[in-house]
Amino acid sequence: MDIHEYQAKELLAKFNVPVPRGGLAYSPEQAVYRSTEIGGSRWVVKAQIHSGARGKAGGIKVCNTDNEIEAAAEGLLGKKLVTIQTGPAGKLVSRLYIEEATDIDKEIYLSFVMDRAAEKIVVVSSAAGGMDIEEISHSQPDTIIKVAVDPAVGMQGFQAREVAFGLGADPEIISKLERVILGCYRAFRDLDASMLEINPLVITKQKSVVALDAKMSFDENALFRRPQIAELRDKSQEDPRETYANDRGLSYVGLDGDIGCIVNGAGLAMATLDMIKLAGGEPANFLDIGGGASPERVTKSFKAVLRDKNVKAILVNVFAGINRCDWVAKGVVDAIRELEIKVPIVVRLAGTNVEEGRKIIDQSGLTMISAETLADAANKAVSAAKQAA
Amino acid sequence: MAIFINENTPILVQGFTGRIGTFHAQEMIDYGTNVVGGVTPGKGGSTHLGRPVFNTMKGAVDETKAEASIVFVPPPFAADAIMEAADAGIKYCVCITDGIPTQDMIRVKRYMRRYKKENRMVLTGPNCAGTISPGKAMLGIMPGHIYMPGRIGIVGRSGTLGYEAASQLKSLGIGVSTSVGIGGDPINGSSFKDVLEHFAEDPDTDAVMMIGEIGGPQEAEAGEYIRDHFKKPVVAYIAGLSAPKGRRMGHAGAIVSSFGESASEKVDILKGCGVIIAPTPSEMGATVQKALAARKAA
Repeated sequence: MDIHEYQAKELLAKFNVPVPRGGLAYSPEQAVYRSTEIGGSRWVVKAQIHSGARGKAGGIKVCNTDNEIEAAAEGLLGKKLVTIQTGPAGKLVSRLYIEEATDIDKEIYLSFVMDRAAEKIVVVSSAAGGMDIEEISHSQPDTIIKVAVDPAVGMQGFQAREVAFGLGADPEIISKLERVILGCYRAFRDLDASMLEINPLVITKQKSVVALDAKMSFDENALFRRPQIAELRDKSQEDPRETYANDRGLSYVGLDGDIGCIVNGAGLAMATLDMIKLAGGEPANFLDIGGGASPERVTKSFKAVLRDKNVKAILVNVFAGINRCDWVAKGVVDAIRELEIKVPIVVRLAGTNVEEGRKIIDQSGLTMISAETLADAANKAVSAAKQAA
Repeated sequence: MAIFINENTPILVQGFTGRIGTFHAQEMIDYGTNVVGGVTPGKGGSTHLGRPVFNTMKGAVDETKAEASIVFVPPPFAADAIMEAADAGIKYCVCITDGIPTQDMIRVKRYMRRYKKENRMVLTGPNCAGTISPGKAMLGIMPGHIYMPGRIGIVGRSGTLGYEAASQLKSLGIGVSTSVGIGGDPINGSSFKDVLEHFAEDPDTDAVMMIGEIGGPQEAEAGEYIRDHFKKPVVAYIAGLSAPKGRRMGHAGAIVSSFGESASEKVDILKGCGVIIAPTPSEMGATVQKALAARKAA
């Protein structure tokens, strides 16, 4: 789960990571008011969306006067900001963060990730801050410092100093950097983060260390024990198709094609999308109905898939293990009747009680296209979608 | 022979008396698995499904001499259950639970390293369908009837895609020695390579079907191991060709976050290591059949 920059900064400040003074604004008036509150003579107006690369997309504006702040806020609020990470649809800006401007001397890249090969939390840092990490690893790979943390004892001071000295920082800065690195590590560990990136972490002309940007993502499996993180979710930043499905306990990812997919199991769902592509079609979504696929869950899945108006055909592919094909078939029949579905539906059932399931489909009197194998199902769905188009 | 479990392996069920534990324990017993009891803290001394219930894994192992266990404990307590199994001297543990926090799994892996390799419990999962040695024993939640006993090993992240492979093989008259689910989480008990090392030693496994997916380094690691050490043919399918970068596809670990983690990159890496690629998920069985025929001819 992603959160906004201002939320990440609030969290990090509690772990002794210095951040610039700032405040949240929902309107141009409020933006100006915040700047007065903060004081000083230069401010930065920052669009709060769940995406990096906001600066290049025009989402971050440096302002010197009230008029400039008002104009920047007016230009951003209520608009969709398109960055290289958001895709062409962009993301809605409904909040702004107003910050005091910082006198930057040096920019550092600092991030914490869950390293799947090492099975440890790993700190990644570079003195070439400001660029994204792909760019740094491409153009200046020698500047990258990595330190892995033993989960039994947590991060030690010497490890943070190893990073700080490795960055070539002045001696007077080292202890400040050490504090920031250890603070970030504790935030990552104690809040069950999955990613924390400060880019840039700056050393100011006044020789202080400040997190100028902050990005955090969290392990969704751990949200049950982090209610204070769970409530930071901002649904306005999500694909509405995904919000609808995920709020109903379905694992759904929206895609750009026209063939809706309802599958049990994440791996089989991915394989089904692959098969559609190989058959010359484009899937509209990934959807895993999960293990206990009751008729009600099947109906919910149809509702979720049909909220996408691009869907021209639906492919149901269920390999029943724990759940049974007759249950799934009943769910499909109920859903078609209840929702009066008009688009063609291809159904492929396999596994437990497959004969009973097929019987329910055949005897329903509804027009469904039944398929034997995965390939057969994908081919039929692709041609059904093409005919409907 | 098969790997990890056979008809004699004495097995404990952790989370035995819960709804899910009860349902699957019964299925495993019906399949012929040697379930010797289970653990539910606070219910020790009672009997469930005709078998004894214990409060602790240590107590259960002392009494039953169990060698393997299966975990159906809910996510907040699952890491604890796995460590308890390791501490009680269990040799092989399957964790079915989906939704364990990543940092809990990091601690589990670190905890298991306390034991010397020869005494260390082997963990597969979490977030998997389990392990089955067809005709012998089932330590999982799969529909047992779709697996035919035979000589092909299966190792995969996904449950239902593993079922798909097993049933394609069965329809071609090809059976399975053992099928192992390693699960869809970013940090898991055993990697593809770990499981392949066991298949390498198994005289009853002739070839391996490996089912990978987007995300993480384990398919590439397995590729290097296969190239340098593994003598049996390996057929692989990697799911997630159409997955967009940075999006999580159902499994917590199925996310492309860096170079080499997409399906097409993994396919290229495996091909380069001499692994035979099933071109589509519908041709997993047929590709294994071809590989077996080619080996016979050679």
